[in-house]
Amino acid sequence: MKTRANILCLAAAFLVATAGLLSAREKPASGASLDAAAPVILIRNATILTVSHGTIDKGDILIKDGKIAAVGGTLKAPADAVVIDATGQFVTPGIIDCHSHIAVDGSVNEGSVSVSSMVNIADVLNSDDISIWRDLAGGVTTANILHGSANSIGGQTVVIKLRWGQPAAKLPFEGALPGIKFALGENPKRSNFRVSGAPERYPATRMGVEETIRGAFTEARDYKKSWDDYNKRVASGEKNAIPPRRNLKLDPLVEVLEGKRYVHAHCYREDEILMLLRVAKEFGFHVQTLQHVLEGYKVADEIAAAGTGASTFSDWWAYKVEAYEAIPYNAALMTRRGVLVSINSDDAAEATHLNQEAAKSILYGGLTHDEALKLVTLNPAIQLGIEKRVGSIDVGKDADLAIYNHDPLSAYAVVQKTLIDGRVYFDREKEIAGRAALEKEKKDLLEKARKKQEEEKKAGAKKPEEKKAEEKKPDEKKSEEKKPEDKPKPPQDDAGQGGAQ
Amino acid sequence: MKRLLLNFLGAVLVLTLLGAGAGKAQTFTAGDIAITHAKIFTLAGPPIEDGTVVIHAGKIAAVGAGIPIPAGAQVIDAKGLQVYPGLFDPVTQMGLSEIGAVNATVDTTETGSFNPDVTAATAILPSSAHIPVTRASGITEVIAAPASGGFDSRGASNLVGGQASAIHLSGWTAEEMLINKHAAMVVDWPGIETRSFDFSTFSIKEKPFADAKKEYDKQVNELADYVEQARHYAQALQSPGTGFQRDVKLEAMGPVVRGEMPLLIFADRARQIRDAVEFCDKQKLKIILAGGTEAWKEKDLLRSKSVPVILRPTLGEPPEEDDAYDRLLTQPEELRAAGIKIAFGSFDNSFARRLGQNAANAIAHGLPYEEGLKAVTLYPAQMFGLDAQLGTVETGKTANLIVTNGDPLEVTTDIRYLLIKGQLTSTDNKQKALYEKYLSRPKAAH
Repeated sequence: MKTRANILCLAAAFLVATAGLLSAREKPASGASLDAAAPVILIRNATILTVSHGTIDKGDILIKDGKIAAVGGTLKAPADAVVIDATGQFVTPGIIDCHSHIAVDGSVNEGSVSVSSMVNIADVLNSDDISIWRDLAGGVTTANILHGSANSIGGQTVVIKLRWGQPAAKLPFEGALPGIKFALGENPKRSNFRVSGAPERYPATRMGVEETIRGAFTEARDYKKSWDDYNKRVASGEKNAIPPRRNLKLDPLVEVLEGKRYVHAHCYREDEILMLLRVAKEFGFHVQTLQHVLEGYKVADEIAAAGTGASTFSDWWAYKVEAYEAIPYNAALMTRRGVLVSINSDDAAEATHLNQEAAKSILYGGLTHDEALKLVTLNPAIQLGIEKRVGSIDVGKDADLAIYNHDPLSAYAVVQKTLIDGRVYFDREKEIAGRAALEKEKKDLLEKARKKQEEEKKAGAKKPEEKKAEEKKPDEKKSEEKKPEDKPKPPQDDAGQGGAQ
Repeated sequence: MKRLLLNFLGAVLVLTLLGAGAGKAQTFTAGDIAITHAKIFTLAGPPIEDGTVVIHAGKIAAVGAGIPIPAGAQVIDAKGLQVYPGLFDPVTQMGLSEIGAVNATVDTTETGSFNPDVTAATAILPSSAHIPVTRASGITEVIAAPASGGFDSRGASNLVGGQASAIHLSGWTAEEMLINKHAAMVVDWPGIETRSFDFSTFSIKEKPFADAKKEYDKQVNELADYVEQARHYAQALQSPGTGFQRDVKLEAMGPVVRGEMPLLIFADRARQIRDAVEFCDKQKLKIILAGGTEAWKEKDLLRSKSVPVILRPTLGEPPEEDDAYDRLLTQPEELRAAGIKIAFGSFDNSFARRLGQNAANAIAHGLPYEEGLKAVTLYPAQMFGLDAQLGTVETGKTANLIVTNGDPLEVTTDIRYLLIKGQLTSTDNKQKALYEKYLSRPKAAH
């Protein structure tokens, strides 16, 4: 048995070592690096769901330099254009997920403090996370990457494009305003995470959550003033002015006060939603989006009046008390009351079928086909301030598109291709065709590992450091972990400590 | 016809008013019902166009085209609508768990390793808000399984978790809901766990594989010993000598060791599945596999031993990084093509309403449509030995039916009427009530 375990261990190590190779095979199906110009592409004869100006029954989309160059009936393709025949297929803008935790290296929570605005998720982007590939295969092209909800004021967030195969530095959505995660309710007050022996952390009530935020912004306001004063003195020619001491926790909050950073606030209950809107008014900042906002339907008028967006789940409920009055009509009801609404995933697996989750708002609350599709395209684009670039199929926008074999607002729709910046990053046909080769490569590697193991055994006693490495066997978990978690994700949505979202 | 419909709507309204609040009436009609002019998907033959279903005394009395309508029957004109058997969710914690994060509302998992004597039906809360919400998605019956994990429970940690009960999703008491109190014995097959979360240090602890394997073998041996003990007990019980001491736990294992009650074994990884199937084969126990994330890796074994599999939601992430992205979506057809009987389960309460959606996604990845539909109706009924009563629209079966405006697996389909035990049963629920309440909130002044 020991031998077998050793083989497994070594094989696993090999697999990890070659993971780069394996994923390289799945890189942009176009095979082009970002240095090469994006090809000219003509998508032909598709049902085009533009989102912004209705549906074109049999139309073409011309893509040049990564942008949509023309949309309409029958378009002329330049001789060098790559033609995608989409007869019988449906093209939508790429899906935009306004709440995601993919592509993050390690835990999403810096849970030790109640205000963790000094940390930035952009610092820990992991371009090798397989969830990027899986979500891309679900038509997702853009995602808002957030920290968890362990803190009243959490870390700095980043919007990425799902450019699978590119290094982490190429993931961020160029020019997208960064954000910051806030969290209200059970998670920041740690209702479901009390651990015996662990020190109690303020706040423990919704009252304390408000004061944590007020306290932080009071500090930030003073800090901002000290900088404004300093800058004024410098501007007036004062040579010996001493700059205030930099405060990495308060810098992002000053950006919030200056409208240079979006607030994305995790919340559930009606009371805490209104609390945050009051605090924002008091300090003069804007709440860009309320996230989850499962009781948003109860105070939709107030949310609409604040000009705040709402990004919610389709039909999650009852996993905790603050989710017990969640209703699947939330998105539709808020939409009807004038709130800009999106449907998000909060979970890598959920993101693979956001089109279906949006479709549920047709059943629950009677949104139109176009309104439902907007929940995962144009509306989240507006919420993230990137609507001039993505979110609809319009000339001049980025060619971020999903091509389905069926009306996307259906459980039977399967993504055939996903394009980002006019490059085909996911091609289902090619993916399936390449599976046999990948299987063979894996098999060969395992065989190689097995042989090496045998050789080493023959060679005699092992060196001490090898023994040590073996004892740790860090990779066994990959093949022998207990049963996979139930999906969608654990009950505490994004508040867990151990890397759970 | 119109008048009858109006009467029906009137009855709905009256009873809605009468039953406002938590104790809202779930059923409100009695007597014969005829559903007419429907396209009927019997799942026992080709669909019937412009068909009629006649319901008498809770059962399907007749199905077909041009069937006479009994005098005095309430007629539901289903022109343009479709009739299907109600959906059957074979793994839930329905009624056993209300709010996952609140321990006080969760009765899914007992302490200790062996709890064959505990029975789901005992703790099923008939007024759980989950029941009407689930019903609104066309699910008419479920298996409520203790210690079955899920979004709404605290996870499973027992070897033998207790007895799962089959229930209708309607009834004022558990007795009224029951189909089979003792539907299956839940076993959570042990896993080889090299990682565990240590709350005292808030970190993940790694355990050497060999140690984890040793622990695993120990648990499997304990399970084997327990079955052996139960067998001896059952034998001794036949002619108990003086001083024989009764044991409620071992006694509850009787139907299992006699091969009368199936084990509902939760296993996902290939090794667990292999070991569980071989264990049951050796011990001559009936098995239904639940989970089956990596069942495709053991399909030859599963086929050769005729093991039915209840699959976890297809809309999940594959277990391995190098699994194909659609591994869980293509698996149902791979298993079916290999000759394995499959069903879909939600393994949950609040996501039970995604049962049809999960089946539809498997259909979109190759599973034939009718097989997908049977995997949420007839096949789960067969697995639990309930197909004489449920799972198709056939004469003599219990009238658990849905009348829809389309494919019941599609996310946008509306369930227009729902019948449980031949009674028109409301699809209203807490969520719909909240929707209506806040829909009528006067516009807020600013």
